[in-house]
Amino acid sequence: MHNKSVAELSRELESGKISSVELTREFLDRIKAEDGPYNSFITVTEEQAMADAKAADEQRAAGKAGVWTGVPFAHKDIFCTNGVATTAGSKMLANFVPPYDATITANFRAAGAVCVGKTNMDEFAMGSSNESSFFGPVTNPWGLSNGQKRVPGGSSGGSAAAIAARLVPAATATDTGGSIRQPAALCGVTGLKPTYGRVSRYGMIAFASSLDQGGTMARTAEDNALMLNVMAGFDPKDSTCVDRAVPDYTATLNEPLKGLRIGLPKEYFSDQLNPAMEQQVRNAVKEYEKLGATVKEVSLPHAKLAIAAYYVIAPAEASANLSRFDGVRYGYRCENPQDLNDLYTRTRAEGFGGEVKRRILVGTYALSAGYFDAYYLKAQKVRRLIQQDFINAFKEADVLMSPVSPSPAFVQGEKINDPVTMYLEDIFTIAVNLAGVPAMSVPAGFVDGLPVGLQIIGNYFEEARLLNAAHQFQQVTDWHQKLPQ
Amino acid sequence: MQWDIVIGLEIHAQLATKTKIFSGSSTAFGAEPNTQASAVDLAMPGTLPVPNEQAFRYAVMFGLAVNAEIGRRSVFDRKNYFYPDLPKGYQTTQLDHPIVGPGFVDVDLADGSSKRVRIHHAHLEEDAGKSLHEDFHGMTGIDLNRAGTPLIEIVTEPDMNSAEEAVAFAKKLHSLVSSLGICDGDMSQGSLRFDVNISLKPKGSDTLGTRTETKNLNSFRFMEQAIAHEVERQMDILEDGGRIIQETRLYNGDRDESRSMRSKEEANDYRYFPCPDLLPVVIDDAFIESARDLLPELPDERKARFKEQYGLNDYDARLLSDDARMAAFFEETASHGKDAKLAANWVLGEFSARLNAEDKSVAQAPISGTQLGQLVARIADNTVSSSGAKKVFEALWNGDSNNADAIIEAQGLKQVSDTGALEQMVDEVLAGMPDQVAQYQQETDPKKQKKMLGGFMGPLMKASKGQGNPKLFTEILLIKLSD
Repeated sequence: MHNKSVAELSRELESGKISSVELTREFLDRIKAEDGPYNSFITVTEEQAMADAKAADEQRAAGKAGVWTGVPFAHKDIFCTNGVATTAGSKMLANFVPPYDATITANFRAAGAVCVGKTNMDEFAMGSSNESSFFGPVTNPWGLSNGQKRVPGGSSGGSAAAIAARLVPAATATDTGGSIRQPAALCGVTGLKPTYGRVSRYGMIAFASSLDQGGTMARTAEDNALMLNVMAGFDPKDSTCVDRAVPDYTATLNEPLKGLRIGLPKEYFSDQLNPAMEQQVRNAVKEYEKLGATVKEVSLPHAKLAIAAYYVIAPAEASANLSRFDGVRYGYRCENPQDLNDLYTRTRAEGFGGEVKRRILVGTYALSAGYFDAYYLKAQKVRRLIQQDFINAFKEADVLMSPVSPSPAFVQGEKINDPVTMYLEDIFTIAVNLAGVPAMSVPAGFVDGLPVGLQIIGNYFEEARLLNAAHQFQQVTDWHQKLPQ
Repeated sequence: MQWDIVIGLEIHAQLATKTKIFSGSSTAFGAEPNTQASAVDLAMPGTLPVPNEQAFRYAVMFGLAVNAEIGRRSVFDRKNYFYPDLPKGYQTTQLDHPIVGPGFVDVDLADGSSKRVRIHHAHLEEDAGKSLHEDFHGMTGIDLNRAGTPLIEIVTEPDMNSAEEAVAFAKKLHSLVSSLGICDGDMSQGSLRFDVNISLKPKGSDTLGTRTETKNLNSFRFMEQAIAHEVERQMDILEDGGRIIQETRLYNGDRDESRSMRSKEEANDYRYFPCPDLLPVVIDDAFIESARDLLPELPDERKARFKEQYGLNDYDARLLSDDARMAAFFEETASHGKDAKLAANWVLGEFSARLNAEDKSVAQAPISGTQLGQLVARIADNTVSSSGAKKVFEALWNGDSNNADAIIEAQGLKQVSDTGALEQMVDEVLAGMPDQVAQYQQETDPKKQKKMLGGFMGPLMKASKGQGNPKLFTEILLIKLSD
């Protein structure tokens, strides 16, 4: 059962071949037995999950089951779950139990899905390797055979690793600069970052508010569509959420791709890209041509400025977003503070990890008097240019395709002491967040036995088109079905 | 050396919305600490602000009332600083794109002249919570009930040149926001808080001097004292050849002294930037027009109407129209009192004096406009003399009874206006005072005669047990004595 997709499990439950209690038990047992080496979960909510599974079975018996009723899944530990610890991968929130649900969490609850736990992540979603988590690094299920432990990517590395290891069929995730797509690529699973504003951010612990977007991760495009059906929509609690009709994302999965115009941004096929990776991506594009798509080169002339702009805007917003962690009302507080200043400085010095502190410092600097215009304002101008690049590109193409990461999963410890090299992991994903457009990562081959992801970028609110393109690709390829040994 | 005083004000007005500016929590004053603080107000992780439309409506109403341009694209910024009663570690406020742009207010001064004070802008922001330093030995308590209460911060140009002008403006602003119903105006509860920027410059100079800011003056009296105090302090420094340090000062009204809170060098770098959790709010024509429709009669309009409708002079009309509650009290009094001018005299005289003496607001007065109006009606129709009326007022105020007629009856204050009975009393009194009558009749100086007339009034009032109508007594006396 654990190799089945959400859609398949849903049908199994519907047919009565298995109950949610049995299914949930199976996944909980797998987590217990298998997650040791991966460390993909921070919290496993066994008791709650079994109770929810029982309730789901009763719901089904009463004839009130939906697609998600009784299907086990996991939440990234950045989404607040009422009564269940929500840590954001930080010592700062290691003891934090929110008395409220994130909108996303509430949506899955209402759909009857069974959350088995909270997945590991880079601290406050800051990282591309899942090595900054206070709860220890996550290990990629891929590439273990040669004795090396590789990163799953980040920040949603726990969600990606758990899905790759078949510990859950699906998990929520978030993406601020590539945090869904890069780990999905490195772990060989399928992930979607929706348009900014498509999914509520309420109850999702903020890193950079103008870039953060909750999204989906599963093995198949179809499962991503089923997740987005639950997650997308207007939320009056989030004023940046867009009030716009939500389609049934499964309804258009089988549309033919004939005539689909694919643009290949030339800046994303640069010398920074591993040639073997490039080959895999180009092979995937060829598959699309076979499905009737046309391909042309396009340009995102300001893409090269994306990392620089991002590492001003994201830390600037983070520096303010993380000010609330002050030891006064909840979360970590230092022992025996001598006075107010001591309370603040020691709480924050002890409660935050190195990468978080680095970004708070960078952001504080960028916003300081005398530097604001040169950094923050300039970065915002660059952001507008990048948005315009995408708007122009989508005049010529329906979707853009590129690699997700410049290289496959790297060995733990390799980049952690070199922040700039680590930041370059997101070189192909960050511009998407600055523009706010939706994008997916779809398994598209292997290099040295490690998964390679194809990035498909869509125009604003065209998630359905992305899911359709990914689903059709998965009908003619089986990269997404491969299992780590 | 002669100095020009230059004063600008920053006013924080709490908007009278039912709920907070970015959450659904109640804004009611006086609840148990932290019972009106939701997850959003506590800045729990992942929570987000949602703007309160009513706060925008109130801010636009203010803008229209001060003849200001309305900011069509209103942007919120984060002002970053750490303080325990600031849960997010930043205040959500407006910097470059405030809701209310430049405007002005015309202020009547005591000498009858009018002064125009320009409004630089007014912006929306959230209030912080309160730090409670008493009651917690060695610790500080935090009450977040106030956190997130909507404020408009109104910033004037440095257009005022004396404490009198500044206080007159402050009172006018108080009356304006109260009349609009957008702020309850209760300064003792901090609903309206004034910060005063003061600088001095050599008389006639075009260059402004270095200013200081004196914060949180919670009464007009303290404001006046604080300005006088600060002007004197600066003058002493300047005349001794010293320099003013740009700083924020705290004034202690009870001791009439001030101390430095922080200097410019110690000031925070607030690292303002646009709040990414809130999109710019676009204010369209329809919204502005709907706010305009909600504007009540404003003090200037009311003053004009009082002059026209009640025949009041300019001074009385202003005193009665500035404060919405006072104006409403007056109109209620006048509507029951038959004589509007007499009603105005009583509201501005006995009633206002009593409020001042007991440091009460109109809302706290123990009598209603209707009660006072009923008394005024009895004065107007000669049922009670003005001295008797004062006794009735006293009884009403003390709550002995709530009805003027009942008091007049109970205390026997009804004037005797039966001329036959009064004439008889005059005859009897004059008969008992033949010498004084003769003296009066021999006197040729009308002034002295008038004074002598008073000599008969005492015995007459005594004879009538204080109930004789003094006006009628006088008339009858004049006739009888000229016989």
